[in-house]
Amino acid sequence: MHNSSRNHFELFNLPTRFAIDLSTLDQHYRKLQSAVHPDRFAAAPAAERLHSMQLATQANEAYRTLKDPTARARYLLQINGVDTEEESNTSMPAEFLVLQMEWREAMEDARAQHDIPALDKLLHEMQQESKTLQQHLHWALDEKKAYPEAAETVRKLRFLDKVRDDIQQSISKLEE
Amino acid sequence: MALLQIAEPGMSAAPHQHRLAVGIDLGTTNSLVATVRSGMGTVLLDEHGHALLPSVVRYLPDGQVEVGYAAQAQQSLDPQNTIVSVKRLMGRGIHDIPDIGHLPYRFIDAPGMVQVDTRAGIKSPVEISAGILKVLKNRAEKALGGELTGAVITVPAYFDDAQRQATKDAARLAGLTVLRLLNEPTAAAVAYGLDNGAEGVYVVYDLGGGTFDISILRLSKGVFEVLATNGDSALGGDDFDRRIFCWVLEQCKLQPISPEDTRLLLTKAREAKEWLTDHMEARLTGILSNGEVVDLTLTSAVFNELTRPLVGKTLGPTRKALRDAGLTLENIKGVVMVGGATRMPQIRLAVAELFQQEPLTNLDPDKVVALGAAIQANVLAGNRSDDDLLLLDVIPLSLGLETMGGLVEKVIPRNSTLPVARAQDFTTFKDGQTAMSIHVVQGERELVSDCRSLARFELRGIPPMAAGAARIRVTFQVDADGLLSVSAREQSSGVESNIVVKPSYGLSEDEILNMLQASFASAENDKQVRALREAQVDAERLLEAITAALDKDGEALLNPHELQAIQSQMDALRALSRADDSHAIQDAVESLNQATEYFASRRMDASVKQALAGKNLNTLEI
Repeated sequence: MHNSSRNHFELFNLPTRFAIDLSTLDQHYRKLQSAVHPDRFAAAPAAERLHSMQLATQANEAYRTLKDPTARARYLLQINGVDTEEESNTSMPAEFLVLQMEWREAMEDARAQHDIPALDKLLHEMQQESKTLQQHLHWALDEKKAYPEAAETVRKLRFLDKVRDDIQQSISKLEE
Repeated sequence: MALLQIAEPGMSAAPHQHRLAVGIDLGTTNSLVATVRSGMGTVLLDEHGHALLPSVVRYLPDGQVEVGYAAQAQQSLDPQNTIVSVKRLMGRGIHDIPDIGHLPYRFIDAPGMVQVDTRAGIKSPVEISAGILKVLKNRAEKALGGELTGAVITVPAYFDDAQRQATKDAARLAGLTVLRLLNEPTAAAVAYGLDNGAEGVYVVYDLGGGTFDISILRLSKGVFEVLATNGDSALGGDDFDRRIFCWVLEQCKLQPISPEDTRLLLTKAREAKEWLTDHMEARLTGILSNGEVVDLTLTSAVFNELTRPLVGKTLGPTRKALRDAGLTLENIKGVVMVGGATRMPQIRLAVAELFQQEPLTNLDPDKVVALGAAIQANVLAGNRSDDDLLLLDVIPLSLGLETMGGLVEKVIPRNSTLPVARAQDFTTFKDGQTAMSIHVVQGERELVSDCRSLARFELRGIPPMAAGAARIRVTFQVDADGLLSVSAREQSSGVESNIVVKPSYGLSEDEILNMLQASFASAENDKQVRALREAQVDAERLLEAITAALDKDGEALLNPHELQAIQSQMDALRALSRADDSHAIQDAVESLNQATEYFASRRMDASVKQALAGKNLNTLEI
């Protein structure tokens, strides 16, 4: 394809690392879309329209990936040839598994009692926990290049993201 | 070395030729057409000075078709041949339409989309909508004094792929070149945002005649980025009329009534609803066909009570959209009200209460969508040279595939920014399996049966292998119009069976041509004349676009030899397009397209580099 030589970071003129400036990402994403979006090529020859759609699609995909810390870390590992094994590797440190069970129980309880504030509080707690893990990713990926460790952190974050999705779904069901 | 460029005699070299482009709001109740004239958005009027065209189409006994006020005036007398609110039928099967028993039409259950039996024959909603669009096209061409380059047609943000495809087909059938399908709330945001120089996060609450949309957008320096959208494509002002209608039936203890009486009472209900916008009570009077007299008074208190559940139905999607965007009420800078139904006081009150701020109502809710569409059409046609307006919209409903047990595997989640592509790999589950059937659905539910079926197709020619050895990659691409195309290929064996799927409910090029031919009711050469004209227009556009591209970048990006090659292809196409062989023109267009492929690629590359050039010095931390 057209831009296979540029990775997602390079596409936005960002350093290829975990810690990136999100407002710069936003700005550069908009700048790039302003240049390549199909709306800019509505009257262009077919070949340019096709390139424009491919580039705009790639820009959206890259932006979506980099905006989300879990996806960004997964992508960085992939660039470095490390598979995060999120489907196959389910071994987790015991304390993390216990924590995870506690969250799930807390969620079930709050849901059974239709307690939206409790769910919101839980959501906030998980966001804090995610932030801690993201700090760790910055250290493991950017400072130490400790990829196997980073891969485990990505697996943990994926667990957290799933629980968070479940909590959010529960809240919106209760609000209906 | 610099090459001199000399325009060929008779070919326009004017770079700033104004192209005629319009925005069309194809509404459930009313439709409008607008354009940008000397920088100002203007709604175009008919010869009586009306901006609105009632979306009503009547098939007359003499074979004529009447659209607008004249048709609306006859709806109670000729309800079965006078189609009102056809938008609710677009891309819908007979079972998808709520309250179908209350509609006075003779419906025909057809695969993909319901049809209506009229005295002019069986009509699909696409044909009926094309009737409305044709009137607007004529209105615009008369007002602007020339053939239109293209149109932006608006659709509810919550329209699914089938409804969008149907709308695009209707436009093509009306002879319009569709520059883009644009979501109604996004169009409204453009008109509002540009008018008010707005920056920040805005909510657009759009309750039209038959559809409800909620969109949340971030406005920043001319970029309109949709963060989330939600809605209900079968909820609108019509439903408020129907609540009043049912109340009348109840109050008067009426038996099932004739189509004529149904239409009469629905009209009275609508009038009462509109009256209650500025008054505390409305009187409903009418004489039914059996002589029975209806005379009732509806207070706004009773009306509010009757319609409370409908108002409530808009608030759920609103909260969901907020949650999807990851926002809370404090983030919302303003709430823009769009659609005639937002004139109802109970709606404004409910919205003000939810967002804890007065909604913005300073733009005419009937016109704002068409004006926004006109602004976008002007940009897409290339009339606006400053590059400061960009719309980034999203797909409203998730796309997925059927998996074992009738479950849906989501491939593209809702609210993904367009254009978007996602690939999914599949494998065979039996030894020696050579075919595989793929079922694409749209919706948020987990069961296939609860989602909308978009397309089913069979992938054949998979080389026989052990179960699980084949690797079939299916790619979904959703373009900037929100329309889907699917392609699939088997990769592991090197055998590529590449297919492109068009969803089954869309019309093929042949079907469109046949419908056009039927409507002209004349000979075969109509088809040829049209094909030739279309090929010539295509050729003109391509030549114009390439000339502009060469003017800008030809010297920088091409060597003299490459430039020469492209120019000789252009000369060949110019010569052919003066003759009358449409196939030869098409072939020449195709080969010119191919000859400029590398030029296009270099131009795109250059624009990517230019977009972010020089940025890394000031804004990037190293």
